[in-house]
Amino acid sequence: MFCAKESCSILPLFVAVPLAGAFLSSLLGKTSSKISDFLGSLVPAILVLLSFSFIGLKEVLVYKMGGWIPPFGIVFVVDGLTVLMLVTVNVVALMSTIFSISYMEKYTDKWKYYTLFLLMLTGMNGAVITGDMFNLFVWLEIGAISSYALVAFGTEGEELEASFKYAVMSSVASLFILVGIGLLYSYTSTLNMADISRTLVAKPNANLINFVFILFLLGFGLKSAIVPFHSWLPDAHPSAPAPISAMLSGVLIKSLGIYALVRIFYNVLGVAGGGRVLLVLGLISMVLGALLAIYQKDLKRLLAYSTISQVGYIVFAFGLGTPLGIFAGLFHLINHAVAKALMFLNAGSVVYATDNVRDLDQLGGLREKMPVTANTSLIGSMSIAGVPPLGGFWSKLVIIFAAVESKHWAGAFVAILVSIVTLAYYLKLQKLVFFGKLPVRWENIKESPVLMCVSMIVLSCICIALGLLLLPQLRSVFLDPAVEVLKNGVGYSKAVFENIK
Amino acid sequence: MTLIVKTITRYTVGLILLFGIYIVLHGHLTPGGGFAGGVIVALSFVHLMLAFGRETAIKKMSEKAAGILEGLGAIMFLLIAFMGLTTGYFFYNFFRRVDTTETLVEYIGRPFALFSAGIIPLCNIAICLKVGAGLFAIFVALTFLKMNGDAAGDGEKK
Repeated sequence: MFCAKESCSILPLFVAVPLAGAFLSSLLGKTSSKISDFLGSLVPAILVLLSFSFIGLKEVLVYKMGGWIPPFGIVFVVDGLTVLMLVTVNVVALMSTIFSISYMEKYTDKWKYYTLFLLMLTGMNGAVITGDMFNLFVWLEIGAISSYALVAFGTEGEELEASFKYAVMSSVASLFILVGIGLLYSYTSTLNMADISRTLVAKPNANLINFVFILFLLGFGLKSAIVPFHSWLPDAHPSAPAPISAMLSGVLIKSLGIYALVRIFYNVLGVAGGGRVLLVLGLISMVLGALLAIYQKDLKRLLAYSTISQVGYIVFAFGLGTPLGIFAGLFHLINHAVAKALMFLNAGSVVYATDNVRDLDQLGGLREKMPVTANTSLIGSMSIAGVPPLGGFWSKLVIIFAAVESKHWAGAFVAILVSIVTLAYYLKLQKLVFFGKLPVRWENIKESPVLMCVSMIVLSCICIALGLLLLPQLRSVFLDPAVEVLKNGVGYSKAVFENIK
Repeated sequence: MTLIVKTITRYTVGLILLFGIYIVLHGHLTPGGGFAGGVIVALSFVHLMLAFGRETAIKKMSEKAAGILEGLGAIMFLLIAFMGLTTGYFFYNFFRRVDTTETLVEYIGRPFALFSAGIIPLCNIAICLKVGAGLFAIFVALTFLKMNGDAAGDGEKK
């Protein structure tokens, strides 16, 4: 644990380290793929250590870039919510890069992959850590643009099409966000989030806030694939290489979509929960995602639809706007990030072994040949489906409690029903891929290499252990500070300005 | 291209390059800066490619060299930012020489003096390398795609 002043000065490293890793990988990676493998895993490992050093942070840390005082300069702000996101993002990134070392052997130009991966990581870390509206947009674009390239990394027809679709939709989203930021800037004459929030409290303007609210809902809703804006996700996420699918579904849509959405709605605009809009959109995503997932024949596509459904849960919980709802949303966010990353890595492992067969009808009985993949996949599926005692069960339980507590009986009922549907399609996945009779053509397949197994085992252990976060001791250092930040609402600006040294 | 284009290119290409470098170095004094200057520097090579064809331009600056320069530019920019960290802040202007006679405001730049803005010109040079080499590399990649339409792309499955 660092003392406050020292830990403040390491804040820019969250952006600088992955950037340096990306550029070094593009310079040196050409000479040997070992260097880029090493860099690719070293950088997230450093970031995991750095982010863990912030757990249990008591105060808000504000870092002034170049020594310029806000609101004139750009600031980095670290509070409870940021710490939670940083830990989640970097842990999943580390596991994905360890998985990539063996998995990406199938592709050419591995160093380009690592360069793009680290740039995407930079974007996510930057978007989470920044306290400046336009800076947020810049990180958003860095993360998003590198992910377009990563989705198309296989350069086959399907992948290019998915990437193009993703790029177009996501650019439209960025445009909405940019217009929103522009309107806020023209009204408040500042880009610092805390300062915008302060100005909006001092001279409120309901029309402006409503319009900007809609723009951000469209923009960030597209980025986080809430239902009416979800159509790019089922193409983009399955087409990417498996570790990238894990990153996209696990953390990218959460850090660039949900985190930014929640941060701006709660802390900047002060529209906690956003009326009933988030609630309704969350419910629709929940139901539609789950119903569409049942009919999928493609392993990774099924997981992508499941992501939409689970994001629906998270958005629904945030839409409740109560402290318990916020808690449930954040808890489910972490659970889903880990479990879905695990599921996509499992899918990658299957694809690696079967040489790119993702059709559920052609698979089956892989359990005896690939025990590690099968068992970790079972843990991941059951966690998302909500089977006790895995993490996902507890977070869904808290979501239902939160809905009941705020008297949204219908919402609670739908959440329970969808949870059953979720169990159904994950059981279908398990049955068609890992149980049943082994087709003759897969007689000779082998379990994945050691490093891929290691990352899957670690993620499944985290999946099991996440239920422990409900214990009061762990809750008070990790989840509660994040809930406090959102509960505090527009008090965010006060917290930031008090802590500028 | 025709003789007219080739001749005029021969005369102007050096001037364009020089103008780009001027924009970069005077970025902190006059309009322009690393990005604008970098684009102009890249345009001088693109100009060469348009007039004399791909091979001539590649001979002056191969795509490999462009890649290396791009990486170096980015790393140089990051290094400058890191060096600020040693004296207090990320991106801190550590070359600043505070004028002690002025007590109210800390002046570090003098109008029209080339060596007066601390790290800003260095940052401009780094940005110029990154943007110039990057833009040129993108242009080369575009011509490359057109010439070998069905050649192996990046990251293709083995």
